[in-house]
Amino acid sequence: MRWMAAAAAFVVVLLLQAPGAAAAAGLDPVGPDYGDAIVVGSIGDASNLIPMLASDATSHEIAGYIYPGLVKYDKDLNLVGELAKGWEISEDGLTITFHLRKGVRWEDGEEFTSADVLYGFETITDPKTPTAYAGDFLEVKKAEAPDRYTFRVTYKEPFAPALSSWSNVVVLPSHLLKGKEITKSPLARHPVGIGPFRLKEWKSQERIVLEANPGYYDGRPYLDRYVMRIIPDPATMFLELKSGGLDWMGLSPIQYSRQTDTRFFKENFKKYKYLSFSYTYLGYNLRSPLFKDKRVRQAISYAIDKEEIIRGVLLGYGVAATGPYKPDAWYYNPHVRRYPYDPERARELLEEAGWVDRDGDGWLDKDGRRFSFTIITNQGNSLRANTAQIIQYRLKQVGIEVKIRPIEWTAFINDFIDKRRFEAVILGWTLGQDPDLFDIWHSSKTGEKQLNFIGYSNPEVDRLLVEGRHTFAREKRKRIYGRIQEILAEEQPYTFLYVPMALPVIHRRFRGIEPAPAGISYNLIRWWVPKAEQRYIMP
Amino acid sequence: MGFLLFLAKRLLVLIPTFIGITLISFVVMHLAPGEPMTIQADFNPKMTPEMRERLRAQYGLDKPLMVQYATWLKGLVRLDLGRSFSADRRPVWDKIKERLPVTILINLLSMGLIFAVAIPLGVRSAVKRGSAFDHMSTVLVFVGYAAPSFWVALLLMLLFGVKLGWLPISGLHSMMGYGEMAGWEKALDWARHLVLPVLVSSIGGLAGLSRYMRSSMLEVLRQDYITTARAKGLPEKKVIYRHALRNALLPVITILGLSVPALIGGSVIFESIFAIPGIGQLMWKSVMARDYPVLMGNLVIVSVLTLLGNLLADIGYALADPRIRAQGEEGG
Repeated sequence: MRWMAAAAAFVVVLLLQAPGAAAAAGLDPVGPDYGDAIVVGSIGDASNLIPMLASDATSHEIAGYIYPGLVKYDKDLNLVGELAKGWEISEDGLTITFHLRKGVRWEDGEEFTSADVLYGFETITDPKTPTAYAGDFLEVKKAEAPDRYTFRVTYKEPFAPALSSWSNVVVLPSHLLKGKEITKSPLARHPVGIGPFRLKEWKSQERIVLEANPGYYDGRPYLDRYVMRIIPDPATMFLELKSGGLDWMGLSPIQYSRQTDTRFFKENFKKYKYLSFSYTYLGYNLRSPLFKDKRVRQAISYAIDKEEIIRGVLLGYGVAATGPYKPDAWYYNPHVRRYPYDPERARELLEEAGWVDRDGDGWLDKDGRRFSFTIITNQGNSLRANTAQIIQYRLKQVGIEVKIRPIEWTAFINDFIDKRRFEAVILGWTLGQDPDLFDIWHSSKTGEKQLNFIGYSNPEVDRLLVEGRHTFAREKRKRIYGRIQEILAEEQPYTFLYVPMALPVIHRRFRGIEPAPAGISYNLIRWWVPKAEQRYIMP
Repeated sequence: MGFLLFLAKRLLVLIPTFIGITLISFVVMHLAPGEPMTIQADFNPKMTPEMRERLRAQYGLDKPLMVQYATWLKGLVRLDLGRSFSADRRPVWDKIKERLPVTILINLLSMGLIFAVAIPLGVRSAVKRGSAFDHMSTVLVFVGYAAPSFWVALLLMLLFGVKLGWLPISGLHSMMGYGEMAGWEKALDWARHLVLPVLVSSIGGLAGLSRYMRSSMLEVLRQDYITTARAKGLPEKKVIYRHALRNALLPVITILGLSVPALIGGSVIFESIFAIPGIGQLMWKSVMARDYPVLMGNLVIVSVLTLLGNLLADIGYALADPRIRAQGEEGG
């Protein structure tokens, strides 16, 4: 899950259902009151509140409230300006000019200017800065700040994911950092921000308390405080929720469906659900002779009942995946080849590929060798382990023997994935809002430690991936990525399994929660609690 | 004079022992698969190979293992444990220091509880050997020993925290309104939060000590001088608590001495369950993240305490028993 966390910083979840209740809350005739606090549970502590230095989800979540970006995704997943009022992209697609908001002030009263962004850019591209996010910025040929409120970047070649990269990882108070070593800066634990909240208190492994920033340019949040409690054990966190110690936590499918039907829950909490920006897959090592033949991979996809996995593993809280995107993204292509559960079709395809049960022992064989392979997955993820077992059961029915081997994460990556010592693997990807898939599917990314570890290579996909990166026009990009999805669906280098849902519960007293394609937390600063229901009164 | 020589020798032996411990740990730690970068960077699409190498160089992981060890040892001589490899890059000592008080507090309390319960329990079981009480207490302490602590913890939380609502479930003190509490209210708040963690961490320890106490007491009760005491007509209470218990306690005190290093050792299980920011969680996180400096830092503290504890025990024996001192002088 750790690598998921790394990418999760740029991930927004999308809401599918439960819009009715929240819309009603928005109609409250009294109007928003200020005050109260929301207490949120988190499994992990933050590590560093300078966004470019952190790679865990909690740090980015907290830092996201303290440092806004130049741009952000709005509730419908469109890029809009935040600290930048607007921007222009030059005709050739090489230059982006940002116009910054005037009069925005850091907590300490200094004005936010283009110098801060330039400093952030110079720091993130400095070889001495230990950051995982430099990649996108190394594509920049030139960055300049022509005046206090203008910031301009020129790329080596048109790079469509560029715009969204100007998020909060490059916004830092240069007047406090310039000329100092960023890794030793006190800002890591005592940030001086510019966002809707500011840090009040941080006790390691205990809690992080944010308070409303009265000087926030877009108006202070209605809530006085945002409190994150660090509770490493999910069972404890659930008990805390039940005893009233938490207002908001994400539940597992079993907690969500079986343990929230009590009267106490219905009186105190509202349940939400939405598709997360991630999917789980069964990936084949395409270097293995077993999986070289497309028909074998297609057959396995037909032999697996995805709906059964969703019912059994996610208790129904998920949808079948057909490709590397989730079904409600604008670049999702629904018209691709699908693989409904069809064991007969699977047997036919396997027979075409030469796999027949010649010796009558119940297993398919070819050239005297039984069709048998091992699925590896990371230890400690019960969803994946259960998925593997269901697949094992279904493949046995078509005569394929599957062994399952869960492996501790670091050994899993170092000794098996990186060394390509695997036959099939169950893993998941977390994806950002941009459809770019270059790192996972381009044939140049099959080297050691690179992410195309299954060894997929298709010249047309390669060409389309590069074209997609060079194209800004949304319709054209949609066509490009639509074609990629068709090819992947036909070739089945992965059997795409499912897109799980996020399942949060939030205390009823909070109003203004408006589910949207971007999820629920995008408008946290506009959540409020009527005076009469406020629970935590701040001095 | 002889004693000072003995002490000097003992101290000198400690140095190579200590270096041996750190060297072996350092090597073994690096044998585990994965590096700090594996955790931070693998599977992150934004991470390029150049950046990975850059990070390795920054951590000094590109140098041979022995050079890394020498660098670390040089820092240690200046009492510098280095900086953490995690994203915060904080000095190792700062990270350990902020966790120590709460770990020591909980360990002291639970050790106190274990001794306060196990000793009377052991004595009574020994005195009433074969009685219903003896059997019952035996069964109970072993049930406590065998039950997984996380399970016991969850059951207690469910009962006292959710169903009855008497005690808080996790954390060290209340989240809200703590700052406005008076001193005694704060103490009460802490006490309420500590009841369950201390209870749970003690339950497993009862079995060992109470059994030990029981057998030690039985041993003493068989001695001639107890028979003598009884024969001269002393009341049974006096025989047991004045004559027998004192002698039976001696080996138990040795156990107390040996528990000193355990005082700073945290338990990841109950710390995670009760969301307590102690040493155990820090170490667990560091192991998972391959945060070598923090691991080595903790190891140094634990091994120094262990070595000192052993030394103190040796000195204690030597003072009490000249034969051991004599052996020491002969080079043993």
